[in-house]
Amino acid sequence: MTPDEILQALYDETLVGNAPAVLELTNQGLHLGMGPETMLFDALIPSLEEVGARFERGDFFVPEMLIAGRAMAGSMEVLRPLLAETGAQTVGTFVMGTVKGDVHDIGKNLVNIMLEGAGFNVIDLGVQVAPEKFVEAIVEHKPDIVGFSAFLTTTMPMFKANMNALQKAGLRDDVIVMVGGAPVTPEYADAVGADGYAADASATVKKAKELISRRRGAPVPV
Amino acid sequence: MIACGALAQGVAEVAARRSWPLDVHPLPPLLHNQPQRIAGEVEALAAGLVEHYDRVVIGYADCGTYGALDDVCERMGLSRLAGLHCYDVYGGAERLARWFEEQPGTYVLTDFLVRSFARTVLAELGLDTHPELRDAYFAHYTRAVWLAQHTDDDLRERAEAAAAALGLPLLTVEVGNAGLERSLADVLGEPATDTRPERPAAA
Repeated sequence: MTPDEILQALYDETLVGNAPAVLELTNQGLHLGMGPETMLFDALIPSLEEVGARFERGDFFVPEMLIAGRAMAGSMEVLRPLLAETGAQTVGTFVMGTVKGDVHDIGKNLVNIMLEGAGFNVIDLGVQVAPEKFVEAIVEHKPDIVGFSAFLTTTMPMFKANMNALQKAGLRDDVIVMVGGAPVTPEYADAVGADGYAADASATVKKAKELISRRRGAPVPV
Repeated sequence: MIACGALAQGVAEVAARRSWPLDVHPLPPLLHNQPQRIAGEVEALAAGLVEHYDRVVIGYADCGTYGALDDVCERMGLSRLAGLHCYDVYGGAERLARWFEEQPGTYVLTDFLVRSFARTVLAELGLDTHPELRDAYFAHYTRAVWLAQHTDDDLRERAEAAAAALGLPLLTVEVGNAGLERSLADVLGEPATDTRPERPAAA
């Protein structure tokens, strides 16, 4: 296969969630001397973005999102260390977790894959993350952004509890706070004092880059 | 009543027993996998029904619409079942809240879900073709709770099989249709329990 054919096949096989084929194509591409960034930015990420677009249109459902995400994650296992070796600069560090009392993490995990694919160093704290765990992780990892995820209207109030914990620990001004999850709205994000909200994985990447650029005083990426 | 297909059979049973003059217009239960569509579908159906009935009520709880169904009810002057989801209707909101607080990883089954598990859960989640996704969905769940409206042997076996398919221990809680009846009576403005005098047994 030529490099162009590999990129096309990587795109196609990620789209349908064929994890073994994506892994094989990734290795083939590396064998041909293709750069890991090329495969990531010219095939894997566009494919996952298309998955997100089809989900929004109602053409894809959660299972299709999951198998595509897992296919890309398999490729990332191979590419991640190579991207680090090539000195590809991290866009930023993102600490992520599902709030206390909530075990839902499908959306969060998809966001993590997209963030990582976009060049973020993602530290996933998992599910049922208590406010003090977020505080500890922020102290330890000094992230640019912390993300709170909630799937239930009954657990959304933990956003405010987390914000209070950051405030109490004197960390609120040190980190950008993003919130998301099925019941969350931009208005609710504003009400709890978050810096940003995104409705889906693609929008999270865009918003995260925008918020980091703004904080660093750099031009907002398009 | 515009009812979720997952509730329609139980609603019809209760309405018949209480002799309520109630027609049930079900919507597909699989709308729950795209809850953002529920409010629109309910509104469209209600718009057609209000011309033909004295009153239209909604046989849904919030059901993942996050307030969108309440917006429809407010616009059209309709009422819906109380609660966040049908589990509240069957089992009672306080009890459900307590269970979720005790074990956030509680997966709730109803008779409808038990009967249709292969289609509405396994197939809809893609687990029939991608069983390896099970942990992606259920790794953080710790138990399945079956809110049993009926407890015949067939349903019991199906409930056990459903929990086993998810790798979860099963807790069976027999709730019958009492919660559904209370919720229906509430939304219809009827007495919570049947207050009619008992009819003499047929000779």
